[in-house]
Amino acid sequence: MMTSGSPAAGGSLRHAFGGVLSFFILVLIGVLAFSIRLFSVIKYESVIHEFDPYFNYRVTQFLTKKGIYDFWNWFDDRTWYPLGRVIGGTVYPGLTLTAGTMWWLANSLNIPLSVETVCVFTAPIFSAFASWAAYLLTKEVKGPGAGLTAAALLAMVPSYISRSVAGSYDNEAVAIFALVNTFYLYVKTLNTGSLFYATLNAISYFYMVCSWGGYTFIINLIPMHVLLCIVTGRYSSRLYIAYAPLVVLGTLLAALVPVVGFNAVMTSEHFASFLVFIILHVVALVHYIKGILSPRMFKVAVTLVLSVGIVLCFAAVAILIAVVAASPTKGWSGRSLSLLDPTYASKYIPIIASVSEHQPPTWPSYFMDINVLAFLVPAGIIACFLPLSDASSFAVLYIVTSVYFSGVMVRLMLVLAPAACIMSGIALSEAFGALTGSIKFQLLASSDPQDNAGDATPVSVLPENGKAKIDKAEETTKERGPSKKNKKKEKDVVEKASVSHRPENRRAEKKLRALPIESSVMGILLLVLLGAFYVIHCVWAAAEAYSAPSIVLTSRTHDGLHVFDDFREAYAWLSHNTEVDDKVASCYRRQQYLEQHTYCNCWYAMSSPEKAAWEIFNSLDVKYVFVIFGGLVGYPSDDINKFLWMVRIGGGVFPHIKEPDYLRDGNYRIDSMATPTMLNSLMYKLSYYRFVETDGKGFDRVRRTEIGKKNFKLTHFEEVFTTHHWMVRIYKLKTPRNRIRGKAKKSKSKATTSSGSTISPKTKKNPWQ
Amino acid sequence: MARSTGEDAQALIRSLRSAYAATPKNLKIIDLYVAFAVSTALIQVVYMALVGSFPFNSFLSGVLSCVGTAVLAVCLRIQLNKDNKEFKDLAPERAFADFVLCNLVLHLVIMNFLG
Repeated sequence: MMTSGSPAAGGSLRHAFGGVLSFFILVLIGVLAFSIRLFSVIKYESVIHEFDPYFNYRVTQFLTKKGIYDFWNWFDDRTWYPLGRVIGGTVYPGLTLTAGTMWWLANSLNIPLSVETVCVFTAPIFSAFASWAAYLLTKEVKGPGAGLTAAALLAMVPSYISRSVAGSYDNEAVAIFALVNTFYLYVKTLNTGSLFYATLNAISYFYMVCSWGGYTFIINLIPMHVLLCIVTGRYSSRLYIAYAPLVVLGTLLAALVPVVGFNAVMTSEHFASFLVFIILHVVALVHYIKGILSPRMFKVAVTLVLSVGIVLCFAAVAILIAVVAASPTKGWSGRSLSLLDPTYASKYIPIIASVSEHQPPTWPSYFMDINVLAFLVPAGIIACFLPLSDASSFAVLYIVTSVYFSGVMVRLMLVLAPAACIMSGIALSEAFGALTGSIKFQLLASSDPQDNAGDATPVSVLPENGKAKIDKAEETTKERGPSKKNKKKEKDVVEKASVSHRPENRRAEKKLRALPIESSVMGILLLVLLGAFYVIHCVWAAAEAYSAPSIVLTSRTHDGLHVFDDFREAYAWLSHNTEVDDKVASCYRRQQYLEQHTYCNCWYAMSSPEKAAWEIFNSLDVKYVFVIFGGLVGYPSDDINKFLWMVRIGGGVFPHIKEPDYLRDGNYRIDSMATPTMLNSLMYKLSYYRFVETDGKGFDRVRRTEIGKKNFKLTHFEEVFTTHHWMVRIYKLKTPRNRIRGKAKKSKSKATTSSGSTISPKTKKNPWQ
Repeated sequence: MARSTGEDAQALIRSLRSAYAATPKNLKIIDLYVAFAVSTALIQVVYMALVGSFPFNSFLSGVLSCVGTAVLAVCLRIQLNKDNKEFKDLAPERAFADFVLCNLVLHLVIMNFLG
């Protein structure tokens, strides 16, 4: 491989070989990214997980059936009942359009894939693309070796797997690819100054805006970076070409997406980009004038302009501040404000604070989600500073901001994952390069006697350098053995060819930087070991932690795996026993799963006593109520546990629901110490109706107490179905009495029948009196 | 103090003029185009202030198309300027082709957004 005639031909052959090798490595990385996400498909079946993705799936089905024009104009009266939802205007269309396009493409090539299959496998395909985009990005920052490492790390990082496993059909599946791609094109434009890449950058940003609300991260990070470059004196015309077209084209393209619309120019989240746009133009003008004037005249110009300009500046800034301060939230949306001030949402917007993904992460979740990369990131940051370029300063800024945001909201750990992989890839490849370079150098030096005779640097210099480097190397991990070695060796040999031109200087320098061969080999072995740990952890996380479709629960008992398929049992009952137009009330996100029924979020109804709740439900035409109850099996995310959010959100809208009414000593309790309001609320009654019959005492396994009110009857609802493990309970609203008794007196309630026949009027309390 | 400022200002303007006169002709044409685009944008803003911004998307697309094409022309000028060391091995035809492509995309978006 090394014996070619002239050095030039040898170098190009090696480069060609390296290119082919990296192509194959990238193909393998793509296959890895795809297959590591398939655990749930293999273990269970190809279904869509969680509850939110079912809404996206429903939208995609509509798109494939009706076409794109009807999709844009769709008003869905079945979600967010009774208000309905303008799908065209409130949904980020990127994901559904992407899946719809893939389905259409496959079908036009006569490959009969169903929409569900396409939706389930969208995420793994796009994670392969994301790895390739990470390779390209890191290649721009540091080099191909770092690129391959970063791509391999991103293919496996658990944080990204958790949101893009096969079956997780949510926005982040395509959004992370769009994010990394946009950053790659921005850095490429910055490095080359080509307007072509600037155009591609704007188009990729458009795709990102279509896909995810997190696009505001891009439109704030890039101006921040431009500002950083200007402030650190790195202004160049390439910076102008990279940023200015992006702002104009990007704003226009963002305004094209109906969800964003005019928010692209009117909300504070975009103001940073406009401000930096103006600042950039000022700097560019100054730069230009400095170029054409003599230094003395330039000084004159500066003093003149400053004296006039400062006055104008103050006036403009004062006006801007007045306008922004006039709006109540200073022009920022609630979600962005909660990022800047993490306590904002819990004080003002309970519905945002209630989502579990919006809570700050715990420390162990960092290790769970990015594992060894957490140690590599600081090494990568240092490596970015030697030498510092525009691209590497961008990478540093990206990691710093994403670490801050991931600390605010656990959902944003996902944005941290690509940054951590890039940094770790850089760190790893630098460490690996140093180690293999010194091995090669030592091998060459020992085989070439001339070097040994001529050098003046004593051997004692080496161990000190070696120790410092070993310390750094032992904190880093390693990937892909032989291929990386080959690439680094090729680069080093090419370097050696140029070394021969200036023998003594370079040789001495390399000798100083070279480590003893034993330490290098040890270092490489330790890197391999650490990389193996990373791989094992990622595969474990993918298989055990993140592959469970939440609609089916499993647990290991002493006699094997026990499957709780209660949700699907309940949905099947609903689809068989109810009419299509019947309305079902349920809490939280269960509603998207079944599309035949209309669901309504009735927070306040569940907190009210039975009669009031009946009235509320009746006014909305609700026929069935759907309750998740985990007390029998110990399923912790049932509706009673989420009850506190219902009270808070309901209390935010209806002031007569007061949270202290439900609390005893500041806790929500359902045992004998619970408040009467709590014991009378519909939530309590529907969850614990007939619960005493299970074990005689009514012991709730989740709350770990016996329930307070044990034997009670329901007056306005009747139980129509309870699943095998009591996890889902369905109740039907009783119809009001036909005949109204003369006096308004409470009638005695009877025991209810267990399955629905409500045709005959029953003697029960008439709520209309 | 004021007189020296006035003299300074005049000297500044004179030196600016003489320096600018030395720029090549193609760059001056591009500068003229930029000035035209910016002035069109200003006219649109004044019109909006007089008449109101009702079809806001039309206003936005009009102004942003002028600003956008001005920015792209400035990028073209940067790439064609011989004093710019970074772009000395970029063929002027390539720079112009990039400019045309980007303008095409920009105007496609504008026409879509114009309503």
